[in-house]
Parts: sequence; C-alpha cells; structure tokens
Amino acid sequence: MSGVERREVNMEKFKTLTATAIPLDIENVDTDQIIPARFLKATNRDGFGKNVFRDWRFQKDGSVNTNFVLNQPQFEGPILVAGDNFGCGSSREHAAWALTDYGFKVIVSSFFADIFKGNALNNGLLPVQVSPEFLKELMTTITADPKTKITVDLEAQTIGIDGSNHSEDFEIDAYKKTCMINGYDDIDYLLSKKDSIEAFEKTLQEY
Amino acid sequence: MGKTLFDKVWDAHVVDTIDNGPQILYIDKHLIHEVTSPQAFNELEQRNIPIFRPDQIVATADHNTPTINQHLPIKDALSRKQLEQLSENCIKNNITLYELGHKYNGIVHVMAPELGITQPGMTIVCGDSHTSTHGAFGTIAFGIGTSQVAQVFASQCLLLTKPKSLRVTVNGTLKNGVLPKDVILYIISKIGTNAGTGYFCEYAGDVFENMSMEGRMTVCNMSIEMGARGGMIAPDETTFEYVKGRKFAPKGEEFDQKVAYWKTLPTDEDAVFDKEYHFDAADIEPMLTYGTNPGMGIKISEFIPETSDASFDKALEYMDFKKGETLIGKPINFVFIGSCTNSRIEDFRIAANYIKGKQKADNVTAWLVPGSKQVEAQIIEEGLKSIFDDAGFELRQPGCSACLAMNDDKIPQGEYCVSTSNRNFEGRQGQGARTILASPLMAAATAVEGKIIDITKQLN
Ligand code: SF4
Repeated sequence: MSGVERREVNMEKFKTLTATAIPLDIENVDTDQIIPARFLKATNRDGFGKNVFRDWRFQKDGSVNTNFVLNQPQFEGPILVAGDNFGCGSSREHAAWALTDYGFKVIVSSFFADIFKGNALNNGLLPVQVSPEFLKELMTTITADPKTKITVDLEAQTIGIDGSNHSEDFEIDAYKKTCMINGYDDIDYLLSKKDSIEAFEKTLQEY
Repeated sequence: MGKTLFDKVWDAHVVDTIDNGPQILYIDKHLIHEVTSPQAFNELEQRNIPIFRPDQIVATADHNTPTINQHLPIKDALSRKQLEQLSENCIKNNITLYELGHKYNGIVHVMAPELGITQPGMTIVCGDSHTSTHGAFGTIAFGIGTSQVAQVFASQCLLLTKPKSLRVTVNGTLKNGVLPKDVILYIISKIGTNAGTGYFCEYAGDVFENMSMEGRMTVCNMSIEMGARGGMIAPDETTFEYVKGRKFAPKGEEFDQKVAYWKTLPTDEDAVFDKEYHFDAADIEPMLTYGTNPGMGIKISEFIPETSDASFDKALEYMDFKKGETLIGKPINFVFIGSCTNSRIEDFRIAANYIKGKQKADNVTAWLVPGSKQVEAQIIEEGLKSIFDDAGFELRQPGCSACLAMNDDKIPQGEYCVSTSNRNFEGRQGQGARTILASPLMAAATAVEGKIIDITKQLN
C-alpha cells in the first residue's frame, strides 16, 4: 500500500490461525442477538464477552441453555462458523467487542452485513466470507468432528479444513488486509492527512 | 455517462484516494448520542488527540433515556452515568448537546432534520444504523461503528470504499390506507434483508415524489433493513420547503444559493445503476411482519408463507405463528407508536385522526412516544393529546423507548406488540417479546380493536 506508514496501535496483528471452530448454524444473526441492548450501558470497551449471545446462552431464569452450541463442551475455539447474513441490524460496535472479548478471532459466514464487517475489521476480528457450499461443508465437518482444525491464512487469503484438501480463497480489501496484518488502525492514517483535509475544507465553501 | 445523486454528493466529498484502497470521505455533520460515543471519546483522550471540528458535531440523549418523569434524576445508575458522561464529554470538547429535557432534545434522526441540521447534498454520519433516515433530503447519511466515530472525531473524515448503486422505483398511486411505512415494508419483503448489502439505494418514482418529508424519512430510515448502508431521495420543492426557515437552515440569499446547488443534485437521465428494482404502487397493501426480521412481511390480505427452512421455522416458533395462517384477528395486548421510523408529527396526526371518538380496547397497553420535544409540543398544541387521553392512550416523553427497550419500556415475555418501529428481531423490544411491524394507522387500529384487523375494510 502506498504511503501508509503508521505506528502500531492497540489492534492485534493477524497473519494465520489454525484452530478448532464452533458451528453456529443460524442465519441472519443480528447484533441484537450478539449483544442485547440492555448490556450497552457501559462506557468502556471491556467485559462485553460475558454477555455475548446472552439470550441464547442462558434461559430466562438465568440457567445455562445446554442446547446452545457455545455451551456444548465438545465445541471450542477462536473461530465461529455462522449462517448467512451474519451481523445484520444495529451498528453497535459492542457486537465486535463482545465477540473478541469472548475470544473469537475469526468469523466465517457466507455473507456479512456491511457495518458489522467494518466494525470487526477495526477490532482485529477477521470476517471470512466463503461460498454457501463451503460454509455447509465446514458446518457439517465441524459438527461431525468437533476436533477438526481450520486454517485461516490471511496473507494467502485462504481458508481450509486441515486433513483434507478442501479449501477456498476469500476476498478482503487490500487496505484492510494490510491493517490487519500489521495491527494498524485508521486514525493515524487520517491524522497524517490533515493538510489535505484542511485544504479540502476550503473548497467546500463553494456550495 | 451521467451521474447518480449518490455519485454527485459522494464525489463532492472525496478528499483523497488511496491507491488500490479506500477513499477519504469528508463528513459535514456528525451526530452523536450517549450509547456509541463514550468509548470513542475515551480513545481520543487516551491517545491525546483533540476533537478536530467540534462545531460540526451535535449531540442528543435518546437511546437510554426514560420516557416518564424526565425532570427527575434517572434511577438506573448505569444509564445515569452514560448521560452524565455524554454531558461531560460535550462540555469538555465544546460540542452542542441537547440533553434530556432540552426543548430540542429527541431521537437523533428526528431532532436533526427538524432543526434544519440535515440539508441536501451533505454527508452525515452517526453511530447508529438508522442514520439512513437523513437520506430523505438527498443527503449521504449512514451509520458507523464506534471506531469510526473516533475517526470522525479525530479528522472529520472516514476511510471508505465507494458502495455500489441500487435504485428502487415505485410508480403509480398508493391505495387508501397505504402509508410510507407499508411501502418500505413491502419493498423489503420483496427483495429481502440483504439485497442492499454493499449498495447505497436511491428511491425514485412518483410515489416518493408525492410523499411528504416525514414519509420519505420513514422510507429511508429502513434502508438498512434491506442491508443498504443508506437510502436517498432526490431533493425537490418539498425538500426545500421543509428545510426553509428551520433553526440551522441557511437564510436569505444563502438559502437561494444553496437551493440552486441542490437543484443540480438529482440523478442524471443517463446515469446507470448497478442494480434496479421496479414496483407498482397499486400492488402495495397495509403490511405486517410475522417473523423475526423485517423482510418477513406480508400484505394484510396475505397468509404466512409455507416456506420451509431451519431459520424460517425458528422464527415462526419464536413468534408462535403457523405457516399458512392469517394475522387478521390475532389478539394483541401491546401497541407502540414511536421510534425514528414513525414518531413525527404526521404519524401522530394519522393515529389521532383514526382514534378520534373511539376508545382503546381494554386489553391493550398503548404507548405513544414522540420522537422529540418539538413533536411532543406540537401534539399538545394541535389538540392531539386530548384525543389520545380521551381514548385511553398513554402519551409518554420523547426517546427511543420500546424500539430497543434499553430503558424500562419493555414488552413482557411472550407478548405481541404491534409496533411502528423498524426491527422485529428476537428480544428487540424486551426479552421474549414478539414484535409485529406496521404503520401508525395499523397500530392505532390494533389498539382500538384489541386485535389485528383488515384496515382496508373499514376505509372502503
Ligand atoms: S428509535 Fe430505535 S432505531 Fe431509532 S435511533 Fe432509537 S433505537 Fe435506533
């Protein structure tokens, strides 16, 4: 990427990851489900993980919902494999904070909502969009054998199922890829452009 | 090749383009509220970065505020702290704040247009997905996450990749009883909740041309529910008339100059969109949702589809509805008229006009929550309050309220609520609550009848 030189900030770097995954076979998971509104009263970014998917993880009486995949001990890992159209709804970045705080580093789906995708990338959480067929295969494979390892290689932009030759390429904006790999965020870059921004402001008077 | 309305506004705000990367887009107005801003303020403070253009930021308290006894201290400690922090941050950074109780306080997407902060040709962002509302003015307006709020604080800019363009055209005449809310629910039910992902949408055709600004805001508001980052409607005389004379609107000669510029914004005849949809106004009826996303909507005369897949079944189970059934006749105990979709004066006029001389059904709790202090004042001034009072409706104070149930305005577990808000997600209006999205007219009728009725039968 041309002209982007920045110091590293609080974002974690991401290059490759090989790990087990959790299958969340539900479509249209909205950010209200990821983190319900009643938990948005905090004024910092920490501690949202304990309430991630709160109303699916716990019954109304507060007891653990053992049917929910996050509560099934055979499934664990930093990769969440979720149904189509993940992260739709509210723009709350709290959803990305809750997922990273819980320990997720990668979300795989066949489709991501725009704002969620941006929020995830801004927090070092990698959204990997795969074909519906590959998603199905991932879902079936992990469900059948929770020990299955998945490898996500950001540099090569591939995701594969270990022990098989099944893998797929994924797309990511070149700029965002550089940011993820190096742990950059956008603020420093924008600050480095202050002169152009101020010059631009002068031209705005025209309308 | 000609340019679209979106192209014109976008291109006028590009500061720079990164090779093979996003563009730096300049933001004219930044609206903030108590829930998604505190972490952004913290981040800037920690990194010792000043707020770049505090004059271009306007703050309000809306998401987490009570809708009764707003003059008393807020009981919930966390909510109170969030509001206090907003005030502190605004004072410290010289940001205009319309705090709880202020005569301009209200839901961010109701307050800004009515104060004339929202104007055609602008770029507006807010840490709230329904920022798309402001697109009704021919404005590029969209929701952002908190990291982006911090970026705009620091630089008044965002790094963005230009979205693709989508146009939804609806021509013809709307039937009696069909409101702007029905138009947008109809569109989403036809094209689905992710048809717009990656696109910015323009609404065109005589249905939108003939709509009031309030109606256009209702439509653009729900653009995000079809996945689009935002929606826009070309500015015209209706727009200029609405903006004219408002508190922050340009005045005198400056206004005329702006209007001359705004008139150049509509999409050129030869502009090409990446995707287009066309609908016939005559096909639209009053709409209702039966599921747990806004795309799961049917016309009042239709039956719940017989679709079969896991997500669909899960949604129906949550709602306790059956495939193939009608919603007409379903008993309803809660009605909510409010939210940034339908809490403007026009919405309350429509409701009052229907309710006048009738009584709310005994089984129904009916909350009317104005979008702003100004709307609240207008409701009283126009005599609508006494109509609501006489009919047994409860007029509350402005805020987001039961739209997201962050405060005490929650629909109880398992109850149905016919709601004029924009999201029927599981638990959105309270844990286990079941939301049916509808227009203010359908909501008013439900409150009076205590069940869902076919409003078209009454009107014709
Ligand atoms: S009324 Fe509802 S949708 Fe609108 S800003 Fe408030 S919470 Fe968001």
